[in-house]
Amino acid sequence: MEQLPALLIVVPLLGAPLAAMLPSGRLPWLLATAVSWVGLALAVLLLARVLDTGTISYAVGGWLPPWGIELRIDLLNAFIALIVAGIGAVVTPFAGPSATAEIPSRNISLFYCLFLLIYTGLLGITVTDDIFNMFVFLEISSLASYALIALGRDRRALTAAYQYLIMGTIGATFFLIGVGLAYSLTGTLNIIDLAARLPAVADTRTAHTAFAFLVAGVGLKLALFPVHLWLPNAYTYAPSVVSAFIAATATKVAVYVLLRVLFTVFGTEYSFDYIPLTPILIVLSVVGIFATSLSALTQIDAKRLLAYSSVAQIGYMVVGLAFGTAAGLTAAITHIFNHALMKGALFLALGAVAYRVGSTRIRDIEGLGRAMPWTMSAFALGGLSLIGVPLTAGFISKWYLILAALEQGWWWLAVVVLATSLIAVMYVWKIVEAAWFRALPAHHANVTEAPLSLLVPVWVLAAANIWFGIDTRWSAAIAAQAANVLLGGAP
Amino acid sequence: MTPETALPLTIVIPLVGALLVALTGRAPNLRETMTLVTGVALLIIVSTLVPPVLSGAVPEIVLVSTLPGLPIALSAEPLGLLFALVAAPLWIVTSIYAIGYMRGHQEHNQTRFFAAFAVAIASTMGVAFADNMFTLFLFYEALTVSTYPLVTHAGTDKARRGGRVYFGILISTSILFQLLALAWTYSVTGTLDFAAGGIFAESVPDWLIGVLYALFVFGIGKAALMPFHRWLPAAMVAPTPVSALLHAVAVVKAGVFTVLKVTIYLFGLDTVTNAGANDWLLYVAAATILLASFVAMTKDNLKARLAYSTVSQLGYIVLGALLATELGVLGGSMHIATHAFGKITLFFAAGAIMVAAHKTEVSQLDGLGRAMPITFAAFTIGALSIVGLPPFAGLWSKWYLALATIEADRLLLLGVLLLSSLLNVAYLLAIPVRGFFLNSGEDQAELQEAPRACLLAMGVTAAGCVILFFYPDFLYRLAMMVAG
Repeated sequence: MEQLPALLIVVPLLGAPLAAMLPSGRLPWLLATAVSWVGLALAVLLLARVLDTGTISYAVGGWLPPWGIELRIDLLNAFIALIVAGIGAVVTPFAGPSATAEIPSRNISLFYCLFLLIYTGLLGITVTDDIFNMFVFLEISSLASYALIALGRDRRALTAAYQYLIMGTIGATFFLIGVGLAYSLTGTLNIIDLAARLPAVADTRTAHTAFAFLVAGVGLKLALFPVHLWLPNAYTYAPSVVSAFIAATATKVAVYVLLRVLFTVFGTEYSFDYIPLTPILIVLSVVGIFATSLSALTQIDAKRLLAYSSVAQIGYMVVGLAFGTAAGLTAAITHIFNHALMKGALFLALGAVAYRVGSTRIRDIEGLGRAMPWTMSAFALGGLSLIGVPLTAGFISKWYLILAALEQGWWWLAVVVLATSLIAVMYVWKIVEAAWFRALPAHHANVTEAPLSLLVPVWVLAAANIWFGIDTRWSAAIAAQAANVLLGGAP
Repeated sequence: MTPETALPLTIVIPLVGALLVALTGRAPNLRETMTLVTGVALLIIVSTLVPPVLSGAVPEIVLVSTLPGLPIALSAEPLGLLFALVAAPLWIVTSIYAIGYMRGHQEHNQTRFFAAFAVAIASTMGVAFADNMFTLFLFYEALTVSTYPLVTHAGTDKARRGGRVYFGILISTSILFQLLALAWTYSVTGTLDFAAGGIFAESVPDWLIGVLYALFVFGIGKAALMPFHRWLPAAMVAPTPVSALLHAVAVVKAGVFTVLKVTIYLFGLDTVTNAGANDWLLYVAAATILLASFVAMTKDNLKARLAYSTVSQLGYIVLGALLATELGVLGGSMHIATHAFGKITLFFAAGAIMVAAHKTEVSQLDGLGRAMPITFAAFTIGALSIVGLPPFAGLWSKWYLALATIEADRLLLLGVLLLSSLLNVAYLLAIPVRGFFLNSGEDQAELQEAPRACLLAMGVTAAGCVILFFYPDFLYRLAMMVAG
């Protein structure tokens, strides 16, 4: 049991080369599925342990922190790791039929190898307490994502991957520069140690620069408006499974990194009182939420529409964390969880559509409500959650966000959240209307419901949107505790 | 059966009914039987709640708890029971009418129609018995969504346009204003439970009370207060049974019911008047009453005229709530019931004319009364009741509303009520007058009365208008319990 934090990285990391060596066929898929399920079990055990005993510290190789690499699991990263592992465990089974249909068979082993590498990288970021280590895992997952996106069957996937590569690398470089500057000031890379040493040198220009580079770097990775332009293309042209997995997890983990940098490394006072980050982040997010929601409204491809909506949703998370209050953080962390559920369900449902129809353009979705009722109903549920209809997960996070805004006395921000929810109604409606209120075109007359192997994962996530819209003990309640931990309170 | 089990059943039964309707879609007779059986079962269940409520008990049950302080809970208090007792029996009557209408009109997708209708009724029951504003909001939105397929039933471009206005206004107001008010109230008070005397502490500043109250009153778009009333005329593209039950009874009354609930149990009458939150809103309601009446006079389309008449009449109830006095609440509560019986009769008659004579405009109705005497007689009774003349039920609610304006020393509002009644005479009674006394010059030998099912339904609701005049005690008792 002591090895749990390490196992969470080691198991998928070993799985990746193993998958590459297996012959193309079902074997790499079975391996990846097994790994993702083991990963989920480990993440659940880890969260249970943290809830039971409090923060866990694990010294890699027996080298004690701050000299060795420390894995440090508190409630926040145990929760994030569970989200990543949970989505992974649902998405990987879906990959079986979906990836087989979308990826040339000679690349299948490679596909699962890359997939497990992203998985490793994301889990690695969440569990490590070493900021350089964090950068390394960030790059493992990013490099694997570039390659995976390039595997998309549309030729535009190549340009999308290239664009992402450039932007992602700039982000990573900024982050590394920030890490380097912080290291030059304090001589340490351990996050807890950094947090202890930074206040003494907080007034130096180097510290300010380090802060700026770190925040800007992570901002690029989490697709903060206006540096989000890599995201829509990447999500649109990636293979369906990859879109679902990275949309549900990758940007969320980047938000987690931002939380760590702001609240743990530099501390709430430095980030929000000393440096006026709140207005910067709020203005960027609010403009971003409006701009990208409106962009979503004009899209003709459903996947692209969801991608723009993702940027808007990230805006909500950033607004929540920008308050720097417990209520705001609770909203942000809850939304990380809930957004993973809703976008996972939506992208998987589109994956099932792509499997049957071969396209996700809204024109090609027309009439599918009758031809693929189960898939499209799951999509509709995910859409309701995205809008934030009561009794779905999306409502819970929006409710917390509105309360957090009102607590600050910023009622106009509550209006922004509600008004953009209305835009969400419109763009979700576009797809729902196409599916149910338009006739099935003649060339789709023989389209049938997606196979059960695709429907089950889709519905697991769709049902989770309802479940966590009613039972908030494992989402909002844990998020509230995690917010407390992050603000330095007792769990 | 205990009242606590009856409460959730009021929602479950129509939902099961919807399922049964969907399953028996291939056998229309069996399907219609399902609707009627469900309706009767619902009425019985709602009736079992009458004795405990009259004895002063408030049975309640928590279904699930989501967030702290926001349980989904049901309870039966007098106002909710009154609303449910109006909606449940009228659903049965409307179903009988709808069977005749839908078959007579040879409408398509009848299974979807009856199933969605049952879901809408389930949502209505949820609104009626919601124990807190969160639960009410939930069912309020469910009602909007479940009525959308009914409004766009025809499937034409015109229906879709109407549906878009309907859905757009109701959803926008509910999210932008109502949900904001909800969250704001919760953030101020920490609860959304309905409680006698309201939930706001005295320390809450007057301006905030005023802002929140206005957000609620406009956010409850279903109450059709101007300028957010356009959805109601737009909804008239729906088949007439939908207009009759939903847009004269269930949906619009859910709106004014919510306004009453919010006024009485969320703010409390004293809080509203002390903060002066109702002052300017009263004039908005008065303007709605008059303007809608004027617009109604200009409408030649029969259903559009009735729709604007509804907007005007809803204004009465909102006015009663906004007066925030016991008499106002009493009159408003009673008007929920009396207007329901009157207006549903008018819609039934309008639909009957459409089915039997294929006429939709007022100007086409000349002389039609002689071919369809029963229909036009029922229309006359409904119209007289809405005008507020004895011996029809509408008199009572208008009587108490008028008294309330006098008691509150707002004679201008009294003038509005009286003037509006005159306008009612002009635009409603003109219709049967044309039907009975004018001559179109066309040969009407071909014309005959509406289907028997439609006539039966009309007869029942017209009789209701008379019965409620002579036996208003029960209604009065319930409404008095609401007013306190």
